[in-house]
Amino acid sequence: MTETTYGADVLIPVQVTVNGVGCSASVPARRLLSDFLRHDLRLTGTHVGCEHGVCGACTVLLDGRPVRSCLMFAVQAIGRDLTTVEGCGTIDAMGPVQQAFTECHGLQCGFCTPGFITTITAYLAENPTPSEEEAREAVSGNLCRCTGYQNIVTSVLRAAEIMNRRAEEQR
Amino acid sequence: MTTKLFGAPVQRREDPRLVTGGGRYLDDLGHTAYEAAFVRSPHAHARITDIDVRDALDTPGLIGIWTHEDLEGQVGECLPLLIPHPALTAPRTGYALAKDTVNHVGEAIVLVVAEDRYAAEDAVARIRVDYDFLPAVVGLETARAATDLVHVDAPGNVSAHMVQEVGDVDAAMGGAPRRLKLDLSIERSACTPMEGKGVYAVWDSDAERLTIWSSTQTSTGVRAAVAARLGLPLAKVDCIAPDVGGGFGVKIMHPWPEEVLIPWAARLLGHPVKWTEDRREHFISSAHERGQLQEVEVGFDDEGRILALDVKFWHDNGAYTPYGIIVPIITSTQLLGPYKPGTYRVEFWSLYTNTVLVTPYRGAGRPQGCFAMERTMDAIADELGLDRAEVRSRNFILPEEMPYDHGLMFQDGRPLKYDSGDFPASLAKLKALVGWDDFADYRARAEAEGRTVGLGIGCYVEGTGVGPYEGAHIVIETSGRVNVATGLTTQGQGHQTAFAQIVADELGVPLESVYVTTGDTRRMPYAVGTFASRAAVMSGNAIALAARAVRAKAIKIAAEALEAAEEDLEIVDGIISVKGMPDARMPIGTTAVLSNPLRYAFDEAAKAATQFAGTFDPDKPPVADDEEPGLEGKDFYSPTQATFANGMHAAIVETDPVTAEIRILRYCVIHDCGTMVNPMIVEGQVHGGVAQGVGGALYERMVYDESGQLLNASFMDFLIPYATEVPHVEADHLETPSPLNPLGIKGAGEAGCIPVTAVIASAIEDAEGFPITAMPISPVELWELRQRHERGELPSLRRRATAG
Repeated sequence: MTETTYGADVLIPVQVTVNGVGCSASVPARRLLSDFLRHDLRLTGTHVGCEHGVCGACTVLLDGRPVRSCLMFAVQAIGRDLTTVEGCGTIDAMGPVQQAFTECHGLQCGFCTPGFITTITAYLAENPTPSEEEAREAVSGNLCRCTGYQNIVTSVLRAAEIMNRRAEEQR
Repeated sequence: MTTKLFGAPVQRREDPRLVTGGGRYLDDLGHTAYEAAFVRSPHAHARITDIDVRDALDTPGLIGIWTHEDLEGQVGECLPLLIPHPALTAPRTGYALAKDTVNHVGEAIVLVVAEDRYAAEDAVARIRVDYDFLPAVVGLETARAATDLVHVDAPGNVSAHMVQEVGDVDAAMGGAPRRLKLDLSIERSACTPMEGKGVYAVWDSDAERLTIWSSTQTSTGVRAAVAARLGLPLAKVDCIAPDVGGGFGVKIMHPWPEEVLIPWAARLLGHPVKWTEDRREHFISSAHERGQLQEVEVGFDDEGRILALDVKFWHDNGAYTPYGIIVPIITSTQLLGPYKPGTYRVEFWSLYTNTVLVTPYRGAGRPQGCFAMERTMDAIADELGLDRAEVRSRNFILPEEMPYDHGLMFQDGRPLKYDSGDFPASLAKLKALVGWDDFADYRARAEAEGRTVGLGIGCYVEGTGVGPYEGAHIVIETSGRVNVATGLTTQGQGHQTAFAQIVADELGVPLESVYVTTGDTRRMPYAVGTFASRAAVMSGNAIALAARAVRAKAIKIAAEALEAAEEDLEIVDGIISVKGMPDARMPIGTTAVLSNPLRYAFDEAAKAATQFAGTFDPDKPPVADDEEPGLEGKDFYSPTQATFANGMHAAIVETDPVTAEIRILRYCVIHDCGTMVNPMIVEGQVHGGVAQGVGGALYERMVYDESGQLLNASFMDFLIPYATEVPHVEADHLETPSPLNPLGIKGAGEAGCIPVTAVIASAIEDAEGFPITAMPISPVELWELRQRHERGELPSLRRRATAG
């Protein structure tokens, strides 16, 4: 069998589930997961702010848990289940965190926002009724340069309300 | 009657797209473009002796490598000096790719284009550059000593020297009953937007047309600069600012080397090319700000009134001065804040260093000026044993003195003349909000618990909305859709919402029918850019004026069609009707149909405008001599001067007696930006500004070593505050409308960050009982100050010394 190559790189087939849909692309071993999502799968909602794992803009959910996609290779995600901001809801059917951010002015330029939304989505799944202090702590691994975090903390609390209300309505 | 949208906290129309991953930032475009990377200088000051690219030539995926000698025509010439000034006697700008010498770590030397960024960086790693080292000039003291020079032909490392004086300072100082001197310093910081810079260029070789997307604060500026460099007619170049992930000033600078080189390479290669700045590149090859040394001498009377204020400061402008001396000019003028010293002299030297260049960062020189002025106010109060707020109020310009002309020239070359503001009212609000008069009790209770707390205050005035102009073009489609275009750009300020609110009110149409485009030269080629808290003032008013023109045309057409007098018509929810006669009505879209006489009907609505429909006067042309087809309006707003916003902040801090950690317990803001289009957005701007101010006061600095290496060029080491470091911001507003513009708006974008360093210094000083003269301050630095204070090297504040 001949190997597929790109430049000097051997291409490795990567199959993952992204936002519930099976996806595959052949990429070099050094392809970052963030680049794979953004440029191979063209899911550009995941943003890259620092490429060293500090800012959190690239946060996606790997089997439901938040990870920094700039600190992982795509090949490390083979066979895993990924959720990006695009999988957290759509304009017509926003997820609770997305809706809360729009209601509470939780974003300005919006560049860091996808990382907050994925992070908070995972957090609320574990702790659906946070206090304000817990909400602040929950977002304290993500950088935002625009909002001063005031309305992001409010958005976490509002998202919990929306999430719990929707759960009530479904009962 | 439609609910008034101007002034309402309307939810942002851009948000549903942005929260669902639908934003389109620079690197989200051009997936098939070639990508660029740069060899950047690892040395702060060196002569380039050789560039050897041979090892890189067989890099898989490589497309091309270029050095300075490959650059043709104007592409290879010095980058433009954007803002010349008579006092800027030794301006220097860099090259798109370094020629012969490098003057700071991070300066671009070699451009590499490859099939993707990975391959481009592979090639970069294989290119060898040889250097002869030159002595690096780092830090203001070194630059001032001028033992070594950054540019051999800029003696003393001085790019600019400027003096402004109002009144006879020497005489007033000599006659002043009391005098004080302060030595102050403030360190470098930077905008660091979450999205760095980026450029994507597409050359259409069939149409010989260039389209540039840049993460910029001025698409018209980039368009003009690139067209000039590439020798292209303006008509063949467009520039679009897509969604931009924050700017805060750094993206108003242009053209960046990459903004010239990427379009040039795209044309050369006949293939789209993209460059996306990485975080390290942003630290070492964009721009910084803030670094200044200041000497203040103040003469005052026994009541604390300033009779003479004499300020000298040294401003670190980095390696080049492409943006001129806007920042130190702003420091030198806006330093005065809400006060009216009897006489004032300010003298500054802008100095070259072998570090990243300096261009405006949110506040743009004002935080430094505010720091100097407010440290001075606190020192006067302490000297006289007076309340710090009282001393400030005794020096305030009063509302009845507006407009108040300081007799100085501002950053726009026009008089520094305040148009409005009620400083006593702002101070009263602030004192009430923070509990100023009850603080002694609060402190006593805290001290009883073994805690150390302090109260700080800072006041500022911000000239906003400087000219020359902005414009707006509005066109209403037959469907009733209202398209609004303004040329300045958006980096998160919510322009699609705030501008739509203005249009919806002016026209009487639903907010949902208004669509705003910013920063696209195809839609509005005349614009300046987004900086100096000017978007709402400049474009907001231009948009209002354009909307009024469109409304007048719609009313005129409807009056004819409905056979009614124009003054009897109103527009509500997009329907034009005769007041009191609800049946005599037509949708505003119908006036759009009628405004455009047609030969061909393209849909049902258009039939009404065709030549055999209805009646007409055969002696008149279908389009009157003084009319144009289409329901359109265009107008520009160009003010005679800036409008001056103001604010006052107070904070309560607690300092740990053992670790010297500094915690902000409360942060209070009174903010006056005139009338607010959307108070929710204004408050968000204040929040973000305060957070950046807190970063600048306590965490963020650029740590250069003596050889000019930036030691903390990452988010691991340059400490942007997280949610856990930013206090809850308590904000209240005062609205004194600007008399200068139709909407009464003053700018709001930068305000939040301006006084924070001054306020935190004031509060820490109040807590610790000794002067704070250098910011930012870390726990280690505060701990060292305590040691010096204990050793008697640092005096106690008088109010502490007398208190025992």
